[in-house]
This record gives sequence, C-alpha cells and structure tokens, in this order.
Amino acid sequence: MPEHDDRIRARQRARATAMALVLGGLVVLLFAITIVKIQAGMGT
Amino acid sequence: MTTVPMTLPADWRDFLALTKPRVMTLVVFTGLCGMLAAPVTIHPVLGFTAVLCIALGAGAAGALNQWYEADLDAKMKRTRGRPLPAGRMDRQSALHFGVGLAIFSVLLMGLAVNIPAALILTVSILFYVLIYTVWLKRRTPQNIVIGGAAGAFPPLIGWAAATGQVALLPFLLFSLVFLWTPPHFWALALFVRSDYAAAGVPMLPVVAGERTTRVQIGLYTVPMAVVAILPWLLNLTGPLYGVIATALTVAFGVLALRVATRTTQPDDTMKPEKQLFAYSILYLFAMFGALVADRWIPYA
Repeated sequence: MPEHDDRIRARQRARATAMALVLGGLVVLLFAITIVKIQAGMGT
Repeated sequence: MTTVPMTLPADWRDFLALTKPRVMTLVVFTGLCGMLAAPVTIHPVLGFTAVLCIALGAGAAGALNQWYEADLDAKMKRTRGRPLPAGRMDRQSALHFGVGLAIFSVLLMGLAVNIPAALILTVSILFYVLIYTVWLKRRTPQNIVIGGAAGAFPPLIGWAAATGQVALLPFLLFSLVFLWTPPHFWALALFVRSDYAAAGVPMLPVVAGERTTRVQIGLYTVPMAVVAILPWLLNLTGPLYGVIATALTVAFGVLALRVATRTTQPDDTMKPEKQLFAYSILYLFAMFGALVADRWIPYA
C-alpha cells in the first residue's frame, strides 16, 4: 500500500513541522521571559 | 505473515480543533480585557505569556471536554464532525494532549507570571472539566448555569496576572459572564433543541419545556443587566463605560424580552432567538471593549 504509506509519511512530516514551529516559538518566549525577569531583578 | 493495517495519525489541524478555537476567541478576549482593565500595567512579554496561558488552559479544557464527550458529540449534527466522533483521532491522544496542555499552561503561568493567576487558571480548568463536563452537563438542566462559571474565569485570571490579586471589578466581570451565559446558551438551545434532545442532554428546553426556558432567559437577564452597569454605579469605571454599557444592556434587554414573551409558532424561523444569540456574542465583546477603552482613553 505505497499510497497509504505516503499519506502516513506526509502527515507525520506535517505534524513534525508543526511541533518544530511550536517548540521554536517556545524557546523564543522562554528566552524573552528570562530577559524580562533578569531586568526586573536588577531593578531596571 | 500477517499485515497490520496502519491507521492514519491525526493531523495537527485535528489537535487544533480539539482546543475549540472559536470558543477560545472569547476567552482570550475577556482575559486580555481583564488584564488591560487592571490599574497596574504588566510587561508586554509577561502579558502575552499570561494570555497565551489562558488560551492554552481553555484549549486544554476544550480538549478534555471533547475526550469525555466523544459519544455525545457523535449524536449531534453540530458536533459529529469533530476529530473524535469522526474517527480522525484516537481518544488516548486527545486525553494526553488535553492533560499535557493543562499542566503546561498552569506551570508556565505560575513560573512566568504569578501564583494567584496560575491557581485561578487551575480552578477554571478543573471547573470546566470536572464540574461542568463530567458532573453537571448530563445530570441537570441547570448545567450551563454553574458550568458557565468556567467561562467566566478569564477576566479574573487576566486581572490577577497583572496585579497578583483579585478585586471587586474583576469579580463583577466574572459575574457578568456568569449571568450572561444562561440567556446566551438557552437562546441557542431553543433553536437547536432537537439536536440536544437527540443526544439526551438535559438542556432546559428539553427537560422543562420552551415556556420555562423563555421565562428563565428573561429572569437571568435582570441580574445580568444590574451587574453590567454596577461597575459604573460603584465608580469603578468612568462615564464612557457607563454610557456604552447602559446602551448595550438596554438593547440586550429588549431582545431578551422579545424572546421571553413569545411562543414558537408552526414553521417558526426562530429569528428572535437567533438574533438574541448573535447579539449576546457581540454584546460581551463590546462590553469588555468598552471597559478597556474607559481605562485607557484619557478624559479631558
């Protein structure tokens, strides 16, 4: 069932891409939160 | 040698659909407005994080609701296309997604914003999933009255995210959404009545009849109207909110009164009920918008 396999792989690829984007966004957000917290801690 | 049929993994769009994005819009908006109406400002990054956590928490609650109600959703025309009843996702994936999202949203809120906001977010998720979905929805026609409280938490969470505590104004905003929910949902239940009946959900029109539902819509509108204008009467807001809230609430009252006093005719298009339902959504958006405008627009 090569067509079925292709569909499974395409969907797995789409899910992996979505997850990568979410994780990438999370890294940026956590970095920004850290900077804000450090600045607040320094009283700036 | 036997072959094992490989099922198609759920699409990422199905996970998104589990979070009920349309419901989330109102939740995010009221949460954001609760935050913006607070007397202190929050750093934009932390404010964004708080709103994100509110959205993720609401999404988690929506996913867990769909996980628990898959059988019920399959019986209703409006919901049978959702990922679980349509067979596009297995229940375990929905459960793991919902629980994971709930824990993540609460942890992020607690670590990045503050503990009070994280605690209220936790209560709101548990309230929606356990009190509304598991306990009340299938047992009592008052399901959405108490369950509606779950949808009323976001302005409280937004306010707590900004200030670290709760006060009278966000409590009134909570009460407004809480009292707005019955007329809003019962107007919907009046014109999708057969759908709820087919699924065996004890919505008020199914159990108590149409007349009682119409009267209840009228009755709940009265305290809702009082709570809507109370922030202005108590001097918690300025005249801009007072004027807009009064005008919007009078219009709500007129539409609700029309629904409360009529009877369904044969081949009825249920136009007044549909109008009340549509207006009620606009009403809540406009009321919270007015609150923020009142807080941020400087008076001469």
